[in-house]
Amino acid sequence: MIREFGLIDVMYLIAAARWTIALTVVAFAGSAVLGLGLAILRVLPIAPLRWFSATYIQLVQGTPLLVWLFLIFFGLPLAGISVNPWIAAAVAFSVYGSAFLGEIWRGALTSIARTQWEAGASLGLSLGEQLRYVIIPQSIRIAIPPTVGFLVQLIKNTSLAAVIGFVELTREGQLTAAGTYKPFAVYITVACIYFAMCFPLTQWSRSLERKLDVAR
Amino acid sequence: MKYGLQFRDVFAAWESILDGVWITLLLSLVAMVGGLIIGVLCAAGRTYGPTWLQRIIGAYVEIIRNTPLLVQLFLIFFGLPSFGLRLDGLTAAMIALVINLGAYTTEIVRAGLEAVPKAQVEAGHSLGLSGLQVFRYIVVFPALKAMFPALTSQFVLLMLATSVASQISVQDLFHAASIVQSRTFRDFEVYTVIGVLYLALAIGFRGLFALIYRLVFVR
Repeated sequence: MIREFGLIDVMYLIAAARWTIALTVVAFAGSAVLGLGLAILRVLPIAPLRWFSATYIQLVQGTPLLVWLFLIFFGLPLAGISVNPWIAAAVAFSVYGSAFLGEIWRGALTSIARTQWEAGASLGLSLGEQLRYVIIPQSIRIAIPPTVGFLVQLIKNTSLAAVIGFVELTREGQLTAAGTYKPFAVYITVACIYFAMCFPLTQWSRSLERKLDVAR
Repeated sequence: MKYGLQFRDVFAAWESILDGVWITLLLSLVAMVGGLIIGVLCAAGRTYGPTWLQRIIGAYVEIIRNTPLLVQLFLIFFGLPSFGLRLDGLTAAMIALVINLGAYTTEIVRAGLEAVPKAQVEAGHSLGLSGLQVFRYIVVFPALKAMFPALTSQFVLLMLATSVASQISVQDLFHAASIVQSRTFRDFEVYTVIGVLYLALAIGFRGLFALIYRLVFVR
């Protein structure tokens, strides 16, 4: 039986958005850890590590997220790891996000003048200490606005997890559309919920960018 | 039992995979041309147009950039039939991709126009050039040069994003993967091959745009 699209469905959709947020948080954490590693590998004066990181980033940025999602969804079982959509999505989004965060953060790290490294070295700091006390604190300011921007991309991209059966906002939308036969109303609602999550972040990222400009 | 990778069955289906490549290229090309036209028009409208037009274009850009492409695609493909407008998958995908890319290119083109120093525009005016002449002789070339790299990466991202069209049963490269998969059950191998093909396409696009950049802007 076809039911009406009513307030209760809207509530369900809003409730489903919590899985979008949960996936975003997990994926962002994974991306951040891997991305920081990649960014640091790119600025260290050790060529093979730089090449590895650059190749990884090119490889991931040159393939669609959907392919990563499926590769990991079907690939992890081959490696003997049993997989539910949660794990597959979290791993795939972490791999995908790390390439983008790695690139963003590399940009922030390399924007710090070479002389800052040298100043650290001349104070007797080791390479790790130069990064830890001189370079990273300065680059964080530069990195924050594009990182917030990336978060918006990540929220939108979690919609693709619907494809491997992860029930988040978009998948809930599909289910609701199938049940109520009101696809336009359902997907407009879904779009509004995404907008409500992303737009404040977009605005925040922009205001951070402006503040940074003024500070210079 | 250990799993052995077997690519033979996948390669045997090369014809349907190649068909998918064409559809992916077609989608990308239509979206790039359409998106660029929308981007240029909207950027011009947002920079030189009346306030009400600027507001509408601003709303368009924000709405599109803050919602997922997949949902936009579903709205057009599944939603529009509610109003009696039934589109086939390919048309719906093209429309969604053009609208989506248009919003991003609007911002890129606008940033490109703003990258031209005001002083140069004023210098042109003070030499007695008309608005159109200033645009034609002073603004266009440096603006294009400034926006080209961002445009390139946006185009490559879009080419990869066309894979989403497979979800409304457009028979693109990604859709070919699911067909081959259902025939051969070689899931991992299929998506590896498809991934490599997308990578080749992405490298090809980047190379092509880099070549155009060098031919046009480096002398």
